[in-house]
Amino acid sequence: MGNDKNSFVREVAEKKYEYGFTTNVETDIIEKGLSEDVVRLISRKKGEPDWLLQFRLNAFRYWLTLEQPTWGHLKMPPIDYQAISYYADPTRKGQGAGSKGQEGEKEIDPELMKTFDKLGIPLEERMALAGTAVDAVMDSVSVKTTFREKLQEKGIIFCSISEAVREHPDLVREYLGSVVPYKDNFFAALNSAVFSDGSFVYIPKGVRCPMELSTYFRINARGTGQFERTLIVCDDDAYVSYLEGCTAPMRDENQLHAAIVEIVVKERAEVKYSTVQNWYPGDSEGKGGVLNLVTKRGHLRGANSRLSWTQVETGSAITWKYPSCVLSGEGSQAEFYSVAVTNNYQQADTGTKMIHIGRNTKSTIISKGISAGKSQNAYRGLVKVASTADGARNYSSCDSLLLGSHCGAHTFPYMDVHNDTAVVEHEATTSKISEDQLFYCNQRGISTEEAVSLIVNGYAKEVINKLPMEFAVEAQKLLGVSLEGSVG
Amino acid sequence: MLQINNLHASINGKEILKGINLTVKDGEVHAVMGLNGAGKSTLSNVIVGHPAYEVTEGSITWNGKDLLSLKPEERAHEGIFLSFQQPVEIPGVSMVNFMRAALNAKRKYQGLEPMPAGDFLKLMREKRSIVELDSKLTSRSVNEGFSGGEKKRNEIFQMAMLEPTMTILDETDSGLDVDALRIVAEGFNKLRRPESSAIVITHYQRLLDYLKPDVVHVLIDGRIVKTGGPELATEIESRGFDWIKEEIGL
Repeated sequence: MGNDKNSFVREVAEKKYEYGFTTNVETDIIEKGLSEDVVRLISRKKGEPDWLLQFRLNAFRYWLTLEQPTWGHLKMPPIDYQAISYYADPTRKGQGAGSKGQEGEKEIDPELMKTFDKLGIPLEERMALAGTAVDAVMDSVSVKTTFREKLQEKGIIFCSISEAVREHPDLVREYLGSVVPYKDNFFAALNSAVFSDGSFVYIPKGVRCPMELSTYFRINARGTGQFERTLIVCDDDAYVSYLEGCTAPMRDENQLHAAIVEIVVKERAEVKYSTVQNWYPGDSEGKGGVLNLVTKRGHLRGANSRLSWTQVETGSAITWKYPSCVLSGEGSQAEFYSVAVTNNYQQADTGTKMIHIGRNTKSTIISKGISAGKSQNAYRGLVKVASTADGARNYSSCDSLLLGSHCGAHTFPYMDVHNDTAVVEHEATTSKISEDQLFYCNQRGISTEEAVSLIVNGYAKEVINKLPMEFAVEAQKLLGVSLEGSVG
Repeated sequence: MLQINNLHASINGKEILKGINLTVKDGEVHAVMGLNGAGKSTLSNVIVGHPAYEVTEGSITWNGKDLLSLKPEERAHEGIFLSFQQPVEIPGVSMVNFMRAALNAKRKYQGLEPMPAGDFLKLMREKRSIVELDSKLTSRSVNEGFSGGEKKRNEIFQMAMLEPTMTILDETDSGLDVDALRIVAEGFNKLRRPESSAIVITHYQRLLDYLKPDVVHVLIDGRIVKTGGPELATEIESRGFDWIKEEIGL
C-alpha cells in the first residue's frame, strides 16, 4: 500500500506541471558571468542610449557593494551570480550580433508562435482572448505585442520596454527608477544593471483603456535568469487593468527571476494589476524550480488615485516579493489581495507594504496563505503611517490554511504609525482542513482531491473574485492542480 | 441487499466490533439500538469506509459487490448515504457548490453529463421544501452557523438530493426537539422509495414511532445480541437494556 501511494503521489507530482516543456529554438545566449563588460554588452545589444547605460552601470557598481539579504523566512540555496547568463534572445535566429534597434517588425520563429499557442496565449490577434492585448516575453526578449495599432488610436502606448526606450525615450527616462530606485534593495540593483525586457504602458490623460493589457513571461533557455522590467504610467483620470502570467520549463537547476515592476498613478487615475504566477515550483523532492525575487511597487502620486494589486501565487520554488503602495496623493486608495499556495518543498515569504503619506489615504490588505506538503508560507506586511497622513486608514486581514501537519504558516505584520488620527486594524486566523471535513465530502461522493479544491477555492474566493474573468477561471483550476497529491 | 458477515473492526488497535452479522433486504428498515460505546457509530462508519477504522475480519457486500474494496466516494456513488451524528462545518464552501459537486460526481460515476445549472437549482428548491429548510441556509457555507436541528435537517436534505438506496441515520434524533424530530422523520418517510432501505441507529423509541422499523437489533459490546420486531424497541423503551444483558448472561 505504501509503495502504491508513493507512486500515485509521484504520478500526480509529475503530471501536474503542464507547462514544463522546452522550446527548441536557436537562442543567442551571452556567456555566463556578470561584470561591467556584460552590462555594456547587454546595453549595446539593445542599442540603448548612453543615459540608460549609465543608469545600468551605476546600479551595477552599487550592487557590487551589497550583500544578498537574509531576513526572509526562507532557506535560500546559494546563488552563484557568475554561473548565470544574463541575456538570452530566442528571436535572433540566423542573425549576426549587433544592434537590432531599428529593424522594425521582426519575423517571428514559428516555434515561438507554437510555444505561446501551447501556453494558451495565441499571438495572432484574430485568435486572441476577447478584449486582451498581450506582450509575450521569452527569456530576455519581447517576442510580440498584439493590438498595438488599435491601442495607439487612443494614444495608449503598449510595447516592450526596449522599444519604449527607442520610441519614447523621454517618458522612460522620466519614470524609470522613479518608484523603485536602483538603490532600493539588492535584487532591485541587480535588475537595474541587467534588466532585459518587460512591458511599458502609458495611458494618456482621461483615457480608459478599452482592453485588458497583459504580459506573459516565459523562461525557456537553460542556465539563464530572467530580469524583466515593467513600467506602467497612468496619467490623470485614466484607467487600465493589467494582467501578468508566467511559466517556465521543468529543470532540476534553480532559475533566477529577479524582476521590477513600477507603477505611477496620477490624479484620479486607477490601475488594477493582477498576477497569476505559475513558475515551475520544483519537483516533489524540492529539486529545481524558479527563485522568484521580485520588487513591485506603485506610487499613488495624484489625489484620489487608486491602485490594486491582486496576486495568485502558486508556482516558484521560492517566492520573495511584496507588491507595495506609496500613498502620497490626498485621498488615494490602495488594495492588496493575495492568495499564496505552497506545496511540497516550496517556500513563500510574501505580503505588501502600505506607506501612507497623504491625508485621508486608505489601504486594504487581504492575504490568504495556503500551505501543504512540507512547504513554508509566510505573510510579511508593513503598514506605515507618516506624520503627514491625517485620517489614514488601513484594514488588514491575514488568514492561513494548513493542509496536513508537515507544513508551516507564519505571519509577520509590522506597523509603524506616526499619526494619532490614523486607524489601523489587523485580523489574522489560522485554520486547517480536517480529516472530518474531507471524509464528509467523500461520503457525499466527492473525491479528496476535489474536496480540497472546493475548500481551497472557497477560502480564496474573496481574492479570486477580484481577478478579471478569464484569469479567475484559470486561477481556480490552478489552485486545485497545485495542491494535487497534498492530502491522502 | 446489504450483507454483513462476521465483521470485526478496530480503531487505534482497540477492537470495537467483534463479529457482526446483519442482512438488510431491499425496502427494509432496520433499527440498531444499544448503549453508548456498544459500537453503533463504529458500525455505521465502517459501512461508509471511514479511514480511522480498520476492518480486521469479515465482509460487507452491497448488491453483491465487495463494499470493503471500494473507496468512500465510490460507496456513496453506489447509493450508500450516512446522515452524520455530528455533521461538520465547511467554511467557505457554499451549500450550492457542495451539492453540485456531490451530485455531478455521482452522475459522472453513472456515465451522465453534469446537471445543467437551471435544473440543479430547481431540484434544490424542490427538495429543500420537503424538509422545510430555509433558503437562507442553502445559500450559506456547508453547516456553518447552523443550529443542531438545522444540521440534521440539512443531512436529510442532502439525502433527498442524492437519492440513496441505503440510508444510515446515525442518531439523527439526538439534539432534536419534538417538532424538528417530526419534520426530519416525516421528510425521511416522504423521500423514501419502496426499494430503498435504511439502518436507523438510535437510543430511543421516539424516532422509531415515525420510521416504523421492520427489524430491531440490540448491539452490546460489539455484537448483535438480540433481534426482533418493532415490539422489541417498545420493550427497551420501558425496561432498558439490563434485562437483555441478564438474558444472555453478561
